[in-house]
Amino acid sequence: MSELTQEKIGLKSRRREQPVGRFSNLKLGEILARQGILIAFALFLIGFTIANDRFLAPDNIMGVVRSSAILGVMALGVTFVVLSGNLDLSVGSMMSFSTIVVLDLHDKIGPVLAIPAMFAMTMCLGALIGFLVGYLRLNSLIVTLGMLSAIHGLTLTYSGGKNMDIADKEGTWFSVFGQSDLVGIPVPILIFALLASTLGILLAKTPYGRKVYAVGGNGLAATFSGINRSRVVFTCYVLSSFCVATAGLLQASRSLGSQNTVGQGLELEVLAAVILGGASLMGGSGTIFKTVIGVLILGFIQNGLLLVGLQFYAQYIVTWIIIILAVWLDIAAKRGKLWSPIA
Amino acid sequence: MEPGTLSTFLKRGAIWGFIVFELIFFSLAGEFLSFSDKAFMDLDNMLLLFKQSAPIGIIAVGMTIIMINGNIDLSVGATYALSAIVLLDSMTWPMFAGMGNAVIPIAWGLALLTGVVLGALNGLIVWKTGVDAFIVTLGAMLGYRGLVFMYNGEQPTSHLNWTLVDFAEAQFLGLHTATWFLVAVTAAVWFLMNKTVHGRNAYAIGDNRAAATNAGIRVGPHMLINFMIIGFLASLSAVAFYSESGSVNPNDGELYELWVITAVVLGGTKLTGGAGSVLSTLGGVLAIQLLRKGLGHIGADTETVNLAIGIILIAVLLLDRQLNIKGKEELRV
Amino acid sequence: MSTQKPALRLEGILKTFPGVRALDNVSFSVIPGEVHALMGENGAGKSTLMKVLGGLYQPDDGQIIIDEQPVVMTSPLQAKSKGIVFIHQELSLAEELTVAENIYLGELPHKSFGRVDWKKLHAQTDSILQRLKVGFNAKTRVGELSIANQQMVEIARALTVEAKAVIFDEPTASLTDAEKVVLFDVITDLKSHGVGIIYISHRMEEIFKITDRISVLRDGQYRGTLNTAETTDDEITQLMIGRKLDLSRNASHHEVGDVALEVRELSCGALFKNIDFEVRRGEVVGFYGLVGAGRTEIAETLFGLREPTAGQIYLDGAEVTIHSPADAIAKGISLVPEDRKGQGLVLGMNCRDNMTLPQVEGLKFGPFVAETDEVAIFDKYKERLDIRTPGWKQTVGNLSGGNQQKIVIAKWLSMHPSILIVDEPTRGIDVGSKSEIHNLIRELASQGYAVIVISSEMPEVLHVSDRIIAMYSGEIMRTFTSDEVTEDNLIQAISGITSNRAA
Repeated sequence: MSELTQEKIGLKSRRREQPVGRFSNLKLGEILARQGILIAFALFLIGFTIANDRFLAPDNIMGVVRSSAILGVMALGVTFVVLSGNLDLSVGSMMSFSTIVVLDLHDKIGPVLAIPAMFAMTMCLGALIGFLVGYLRLNSLIVTLGMLSAIHGLTLTYSGGKNMDIADKEGTWFSVFGQSDLVGIPVPILIFALLASTLGILLAKTPYGRKVYAVGGNGLAATFSGINRSRVVFTCYVLSSFCVATAGLLQASRSLGSQNTVGQGLELEVLAAVILGGASLMGGSGTIFKTVIGVLILGFIQNGLLLVGLQFYAQYIVTWIIIILAVWLDIAAKRGKLWSPIA
Repeated sequence: MEPGTLSTFLKRGAIWGFIVFELIFFSLAGEFLSFSDKAFMDLDNMLLLFKQSAPIGIIAVGMTIIMINGNIDLSVGATYALSAIVLLDSMTWPMFAGMGNAVIPIAWGLALLTGVVLGALNGLIVWKTGVDAFIVTLGAMLGYRGLVFMYNGEQPTSHLNWTLVDFAEAQFLGLHTATWFLVAVTAAVWFLMNKTVHGRNAYAIGDNRAAATNAGIRVGPHMLINFMIIGFLASLSAVAFYSESGSVNPNDGELYELWVITAVVLGGTKLTGGAGSVLSTLGGVLAIQLLRKGLGHIGADTETVNLAIGIILIAVLLLDRQLNIKGKEELRV
Repeated sequence: MSTQKPALRLEGILKTFPGVRALDNVSFSVIPGEVHALMGENGAGKSTLMKVLGGLYQPDDGQIIIDEQPVVMTSPLQAKSKGIVFIHQELSLAEELTVAENIYLGELPHKSFGRVDWKKLHAQTDSILQRLKVGFNAKTRVGELSIANQQMVEIARALTVEAKAVIFDEPTASLTDAEKVVLFDVITDLKSHGVGIIYISHRMEEIFKITDRISVLRDGQYRGTLNTAETTDDEITQLMIGRKLDLSRNASHHEVGDVALEVRELSCGALFKNIDFEVRRGEVVGFYGLVGAGRTEIAETLFGLREPTAGQIYLDGAEVTIHSPADAIAKGISLVPEDRKGQGLVLGMNCRDNMTLPQVEGLKFGPFVAETDEVAIFDKYKERLDIRTPGWKQTVGNLSGGNQQKIVIAKWLSMHPSILIVDEPTRGIDVGSKSEIHNLIRELASQGYAVIVISSEMPEVLHVSDRIIAMYSGEIMRTFTSDEVTEDNLIQAISGITSNRAA
């Protein structure tokens, strides 16, 4: 039997993108479709650079990355959740929660205790979601939708509906996370970069990362290989809540005061960044690197459109178009047909 | 009893039982705690409750069809806001100057058309590209919201037409105009889903898409029609609300998609499609609104309503799981 | 009977897939008012033939003739409009809808404004249901019906058109005896209305009970038609299997060692009951039976995926409780599952990662996966099992079925288990890889593995097993040693026939 024909048949069958070694034996068109998002990103950069020479100036790039850091940190955690085949809509209100909690505890017990206390509280919420979705196998969309609402209520109750401010904004060192520079680089960027590389390595290089891909790629096959699927999903949510707590820390430290709705709506923007990076909502496909690209694309579109004189909100429309195009081209490449077979 | 019957019964009837529970609980708690000297089940209070349920309720009825069909729509909040802007702004367009109140039906028509077009766009993309509705409408949520902001920046768009305000505030047989809208929409969609071929096919598609396709049902057009309906209903909801308020902020309608989905799920619509009822969704909407009012009535922080709804939503899911568990013979995966 | 014009005739149907001649010049016809059985081993071409008939596959050559008119089938829907109706094994019903809506799915009668004409719908449905003499009505929700009654709804669909031929594909697989009686009544009724019926089944007793003629396929070829009244199960078996199999290789060439696995009185609800057997090192034990006989469920229980309701499992003489697959793996039990793509592999992952998935936790270099060790494992088993893939980076989904199966087997061999359970080792695999996998299983036994092979293919189970356990509806009917077994008594044991010969 011809090996080649076999492969052609294989190409048409149900298949998902593999995390490693994606360049072997692929045709140019497929590479284009798969790496489309990187190519689109490059085109964007080139286009904006031509349109405005300030675009690639170091301070501009730094500014973009810095303002993307909070969204980015959250997107890293959500990438784990999405890879494991689930959704997390609660990260926005969870981020509000951690911001408010850390600001409140800052004045009550001091920043040294406030930070670990806030992390612990946020990660308890993550563990609760992880338990409901991982161990009880409840639908992640609805659980996290419920948690979105519940955590929002928790935050409002906690804060009594008021904004939270640090009393002595000048005298606290708490602002180092959000406002200072280290070796000329803003600390939020450093934290984002550190977290991205740590989680990137965790995902790509460790047994745990391998299990996340397996559970998301085919949960049943993972179970049949002796992997504890419940535990993997649980830890993904705990990890995600750790990222959310970090984002809350950055947000609180940057502003030293906050509304209790600071994270509202972020859950869907974060998800948009992850999808833009090419992660499949079905699970099992995507990487931390791609998510970072997705986050940066969102940041650079916003910045680039502003620089070429378009309104701030034009970025939403552009994001809409590229999200759909990115996902469409991805699935079109997989099914070998541009238009869907839906009758 | 066949397996699943109990769970089905609970799903279909439970929301009304829950509403009765809420009514009794808040009435009694209100008495005992005596935070309020007004009775909870006061007629005016209830009429107001219906009116306040209308904006979310009208959209939730549309979301029920979408979810029965096996899809989801996250863009309804943005569609709602954009339609509201078209409604209010079009009345000030120079081309309609001097038309007097004749501009009202035109403005309504334009607002509703906006919703239908935005819905159709979502539907066409889902149909023709095969991209999951979750992603398509997540993108649209951002895109349509972008259009809203492009329209008037961060400024509110305002136009008060007193004839319109009078109409919106009118009460007929005791019910407010918005309530009548909700009633009419629920009745119409109930008819559509239960009595017409389109409705029954929509159920079949959500239930077993492969079987529907094999039986020759064209999945795409049915999905398109349903997206047009939810777009229409999102703008109708805007028409009902903004005729009275006369001013729309660009971030109005944010998080509506989540409230609406919560109401639909509380009403027992199956997440994977194929089962659900607009009447139960109406129950879900009323239950949420009752909770909101009731917590205020007994003097609880109104903010706790979010907490309560979140917990109830997850509890419903847990209950459903317990009822559907098959026992020891099940594969431990 | 043979003088009548056939309702449906297939003539010289040829269908090839890359490397396989799935149907080779098959001709077959069904006469109005007859029940015509279509028989053959799994993989003989029955389902391919039915897919050609339903328009899901286009034949490379040959014709489908209905009422003396050649037709080109393009879809099951079009086939239905020509009067060819399929009753599938997997039900395709919308459970939340009513019986009537399901029967007329896609063609609901309607009045103006797209309103469903319920009166007409229910009247039409009721008349069909009356003909079927069922105990439910048009307004019952399908989800509330038993599997058997759901099947009746499928059959009722067939009655909405002027059916010329109705195809039943293993209709009794999930029916109780009482339900079967009802089904057979329906078939008799259809028959008396002049409908031609194609009946696909492995169960001999049913074949003898209701069919008029029997056609047999083997290896994609038509092997002949028998009159049911004039034939015996031996004759049918002979046609289905063809050659006398060379059973000599069943004789063990090697020493059989101690008992590695012993199972006593093992039960799991209604799935299987009172299962007793043991497997020794160096021995291959075959489990043979029909789909749904409980074989896979036993394997899943041994692998920690199901909790037994009664009974004991002993490994090397010590009683154990197996809590999870991880637990089973730690105790030296491995399972190559039945559904390769659904349970065996993460199709989107590369070959290496799939192969090392169960042991990835143990292959560590500091906190990281020791990728060089992984590649070494991959290379070793690629060579040993002759896995044909360009390299470890290849996505598993791109490999042929045979090579995919070898990856799954390698996944477990590299863990050095003491007990290897292989469920349907060669399902959907080309002939070349098939014999390679068979040889591998024999070789593993000779190296001292205790091997359990579950298979629905008789040649396979005869070829690889030292002993064969025949199962029927959750119970062990008989255990054969390689000396006693014949195709005949094996087929009878798994068909539920308990004649003297088989007992």
